[in-house]
Amino acid sequence: MHVDVIIIGAGVVGAALAYGMALKGKHVIVLDGADRDPRAARANFGLVWVQGKGSDAPAYSALTRQSSDLWPGFRHELSKIAADRIDYERPGGLVYCLSETEYAHRAAINERTHNQGAQADTEMIERGALEHMLPAVGLGPDVVGASYCKLDGHVNPLQLLAALHRAVLVLGGRIEFRSPVKAISPVSGGFRVIGPHGELQAPRVVVAAGLATPALTEPLGLAMPMKSERGQILVTERIAPILPFPGSGLRQSADGTVMIGATNEKIADTSVTAASATKLAQRATRIIPALGSARLVRQWAGLRVLPLDKTPIYAESTDYPGLFAAACHSGVTLAAVHAAVIAPAMGGSHLPEDLAAFSNGRFNVQKCA
Amino acid sequence: MFKSVHEKPGKASDMTVLVNGVEIGAWNGETVASVLLRAPGAGRGSTVSRTPRLPYCQMGVCFECLVIVDGNASMQGCLVPVAPGMRIESQHGPREISK
Ligand SMILES: Cc1cc2nc3c(=O)[nH]c(=O)nc-3n(C[C@H](O)[C@H](O)[C@H](O)COP(=O)(O)OP(=O)(O)OC[C@H]3O[C@@H](n4cnc5c(N)ncnc54)[C@H](O)[C@@H]3O)c2cc1C
Ligand code: FES
Repeated sequence: MHVDVIIIGAGVVGAALAYGMALKGKHVIVLDGADRDPRAARANFGLVWVQGKGSDAPAYSALTRQSSDLWPGFRHELSKIAADRIDYERPGGLVYCLSETEYAHRAAINERTHNQGAQADTEMIERGALEHMLPAVGLGPDVVGASYCKLDGHVNPLQLLAALHRAVLVLGGRIEFRSPVKAISPVSGGFRVIGPHGELQAPRVVVAAGLATPALTEPLGLAMPMKSERGQILVTERIAPILPFPGSGLRQSADGTVMIGATNEKIADTSVTAASATKLAQRATRIIPALGSARLVRQWAGLRVLPLDKTPIYAESTDYPGLFAAACHSGVTLAAVHAAVIAPAMGGSHLPEDLAAFSNGRFNVQKCA
Repeated sequence: MFKSVHEKPGKASDMTVLVNGVEIGAWNGETVASVLLRAPGAGRGSTVSRTPRLPYCQMGVCFECLVIVDGNASMQGCLVPVAPGMRIESQHGPREISK
């Protein structure tokens, strides 16, 4: 079979790119890694989140907004093609503030983002108004207020990933799991991709292998500067609806479970700790004391894929045209824009100029003395 | 419904528990889930699909045995041994947490 694009990595980034390309009629093959690989796509919090993103990077902030606006249509089309349910809602989202200092800090972040020209769609909400937004629960005494952004939403991230995988197949693509790629080698007219699946050849290769991306692209001179960060999450039993708005660190899923998370730890394994469970549970019960009576049913950890400056990287090799790489935190939020904008760009000729802010070249800029 | 292997004509049970207000005999060492399997109409509604459910795995993994024991909701019945006079109530739908 003729293959237009080989995508390495079937996480939410690789899968969204494969889906977007398949929608444009490309023949895609997606190769995914080993069972034990870290998979942020299966461990994340499920927010489709705008507020605070890219508060120091206007292009990232704009890309996030674009994705957030594309999400409803993206979800509708994806769930139709995959014939699958994707729980998604966009009621706006909250960042709870548990002291005057936290409140002032959030207000400053909003200010900074709006000063960059972003629309003023995030507002600070004082405790009294917040109580009206959350009639089913009582707030803890420490809650001063919250920051509310009407663009924020949340999704079941496992349903999202499963739907992307299914849609790729429906659209004529192929996904090979347990096929960790060993190397990519340039050949005339494209690339040979070598691994347990044997050798595959295509004119284009997109590497979206999460934290394993640099190991695949750097031998070909394509730098992808990134680091990992562990995040632990707690989830409660299903309870009657109490949280009509997703929050950063606290959201109730469509099925009723309450997710509490995530920590930010400079640790590169996916084990969980009692210390983090305590810290997460304490903050959640300071916000909503009644959560203290909910049973925790699971705790897990995932590794964030963090470009060094936290802004997504969409890179294209200058030495080997046709070789691309993508890495980002917030791959759930950006899934819609990945499918609609980044995929066609990587499946087309070159990455357009307006994506230059996301190139890997930005890391080479010399610091002024 | 199931019947306990201990149940013999003329032999008394070790204790009595209440299932949805109705007295039922129980034996030392058995779990709340095992009582639910022989108490008529003691199932619960799934929190997601609302379909009727009974204890299934008997070993703490499936959460099909969620039940209110002595006023505590969402207990896994298969992990709780019976005690004399225990009040066992079916839990319908997701648990409510107090305000
Ligand atoms: C705790 C936590 C909470 C998060 N919360 C949110 C959130 O609320 N909202 C949001 O938008 N984002 C969130 N994220 C971030 C989001 O999950 C990631 O941005 C996203 O999952 C990254 O996806 P990925 O596909 O790049 O990487 P991964 O999901 O890590 O997938 C990489 C894939 O590449 C494969 N691979 C690796 N090596 C090879 C190889 N050699 N050959 C072939 N395949 C290979 C792996 O098997 C894996 O499947 C969170 C992340 C974490 C950890
Ligand atoms: S019967 Fe499965 S958890 Fe109790």
